[in-house]
Amino acid sequence: MAVLKVTFTKTNRDKLAQVLWVLNWVSVVTGVTLFSLGLFLKVEIVKRRELMSKEIVSVPNMLICVGLTACAINFLGGKICYDCVDTTKFLRWKLLMLPYIICTFFFTFCILVGALMCYSMRNDLEESLFLGLRDAMRYYKDTDMPGRCYIKRTMDMLQMQFQCCGNGGYRDWFHIQWISNRYLDMTDSEVVERLRSNVEGKYLIDGVPFSCCGLHSLRPCIQHQITNNSAHYNYDYRKEELNLNRRGCRQALLEHYTQIMQSIGLIVLIIWLFEVSVLTGVRYLQTAMENVLRLGDPDSESDGWLLENSIADTARYNFNIIKNLGKCYQVDDDPNIDVPSSSLQAQENVPVKQIPVAR
Amino acid sequence: MVLLKIKFPFQKRVRLAQGLWLLSWVAMFSGAITFAMGVFLKTELHRRSEVMHSMDIHIVPNLLMAVGLASVGINICAGKVCQDSLDPSRFPRWKTFLPPFFCFSVFITSLLLVAMILSFALQPSLEESLKIGLKNGIRFYKDTDTPGRCFQKETIDRLQIEFQCCGNTNYRDWFEVQWISNRYLDFTSKEVKDRVRSNVDGRYLLDGVPFSCCNPASPRPCIQYSLLDNSAHYNYEYQSEELNLYNRGCRQALVNYYMGLMNTIGPCVLFDFLLQMTILVSLRYLQTAMEGVIGQENVEIETEGYILEKGVKETLLETKEKMKKILQFAQVGDASAVTPDTQPDAEKPATA
Repeated sequence: MAVLKVTFTKTNRDKLAQVLWVLNWVSVVTGVTLFSLGLFLKVEIVKRRELMSKEIVSVPNMLICVGLTACAINFLGGKICYDCVDTTKFLRWKLLMLPYIICTFFFTFCILVGALMCYSMRNDLEESLFLGLRDAMRYYKDTDMPGRCYIKRTMDMLQMQFQCCGNGGYRDWFHIQWISNRYLDMTDSEVVERLRSNVEGKYLIDGVPFSCCGLHSLRPCIQHQITNNSAHYNYDYRKEELNLNRRGCRQALLEHYTQIMQSIGLIVLIIWLFEVSVLTGVRYLQTAMENVLRLGDPDSESDGWLLENSIADTARYNFNIIKNLGKCYQVDDDPNIDVPSSSLQAQENVPVKQIPVAR
Repeated sequence: MVLLKIKFPFQKRVRLAQGLWLLSWVAMFSGAITFAMGVFLKTELHRRSEVMHSMDIHIVPNLLMAVGLASVGINICAGKVCQDSLDPSRFPRWKTFLPPFFCFSVFITSLLLVAMILSFALQPSLEESLKIGLKNGIRFYKDTDTPGRCFQKETIDRLQIEFQCCGNTNYRDWFEVQWISNRYLDFTSKEVKDRVRSNVDGRYLLDGVPFSCCNPASPRPCIQYSLLDNSAHYNYEYQSEELNLYNRGCRQALVNYYMGLMNTIGPCVLFDFLLQMTILVSLRYLQTAMEGVIGQENVEIETEGYILEKGVKETLLETKEKMKKILQFAQVGDASAVTPDTQPDAEKPATA
């Protein structure tokens, strides 16, 4: 009682083999697509490495590996299907086909895992961005320290490109010193007062860097004394919405990467469906060709199926094989051990032979 | 005296027709690419049209688009002619069509050269257009409440950030213009009153620039106000400060950008021009070679191909005569329309 049995005539088998040959080559192209998607994601993540505390390497590397493996597997599949048209050539591949199908079946699981990883990357990314942006803002002023001298530029370009400000909002800039001591006049009373006003001796102001300025504002940008209404004419910081960028950069970057990964995840899911259908076709072709060889006549009709017996039987059979594999080093089957047989038939059939005794 | 005569045996004619058919497909793609480049250039010019005063420079992408489309059509015709030239019975129907076709194609192809020359010749016009456009943009920067000018601030800010430039020629252009609107100036303050009184037009001028002039590569937080006052900022000297603001003027930045675009497009257009001329010359040879075959019983004879049947001067004279004859026919046609009226007058006195 085979699972999903389909009868194939000779022409059907030939057509199936040709179609699968073409589809395998299309799958090689989709494998290249997967590889390039992984590469694209890797480049996007490396571009903003300075703003992440730990780089997310698992997802792009997974996609790159899966893409390369898909190319190789489908290239082999194409060769096999091309040879399946001819029964003599099929004999070459006969022993390899079942392991190939099993490998490809597990490989399609890897593609599915890759797609699901794309959707689950979000939490790791948010954590990484929170810590990365916090550190970047802290080192904003250190343009004279090697290793940190480009963080100011990176942060400014980020805030201008994504129209965002700070980690969660513009107020994050109020809690850190983003103006270096090199540009502070320590003899000025205002500076001394500010430094004394907090425990750590940091110069904190209610101001933000110029890159936080909003492009849609109607008035020239107010970046210093933001919470002081009397410092500026006709200004109320509670009502002012367009002056600075309202979005936090963590949110902006998260949305940017989530969009990329959702698109990539969708494409990988579609590729997974395609691979599964190609695999099903190859399985049908394999069983049909084997049945043709069993029947002996290459032009006759043959059956193709997914599984020879029902799913339960196949599972039990495979489980027994795995169990017996474990027994091969046990001594139960040793022919030299004298095991008293319990069946009558065995007793009757035992030939009694006289062993000639040397005189 | 035939111009540039070449002998064509049958095999050579066949190979010429086949090669030309392939080449016409290549030229068709090349024409499509020229069209696409024209579209790209036009969209780039259109994107910054708010800071451009005149649209003179748009003639370059317009020419490229027109020629690209026309050359696709020309090459389709050329391909068809090549296909038919292999069959002597089908070729004669192209006889009357081909001479005007050649004139038209040569004219269209020479427009490519015209476009290339114009892209260099119109550079001063582009620069002038940008100068006026940017001057207006900077003047109307503060008018975010005037309809028709309310987007100038955002346009100029985006431009300065994207092209990493400041002002028209440099950042000092902002010192000569009031870019802070009166709505945000406290006219009771002494400082504001002093500044407004200090110049003839009563404008609030200051030595400051908008935030979009700030250079992110600067090691210190951006200084936008009191730029010429060294004492207003600690450890600051405006004469030696180079990274604080963008040094480039937006006019220069935009001119460089567009010249760069046109210099990239130039070689592709030149290649298209050479390819098209090669096809037209080869097609002329094929046509004249095939004309020798028409009417002959044996189609595999050797014929001669040429560019012009007579020399250049004689062909020009002939064309002038032909034009005169066509004009005379038109005049005679008018005259014969007039004579039926005059004839009865002539007859009447006779009968009277």
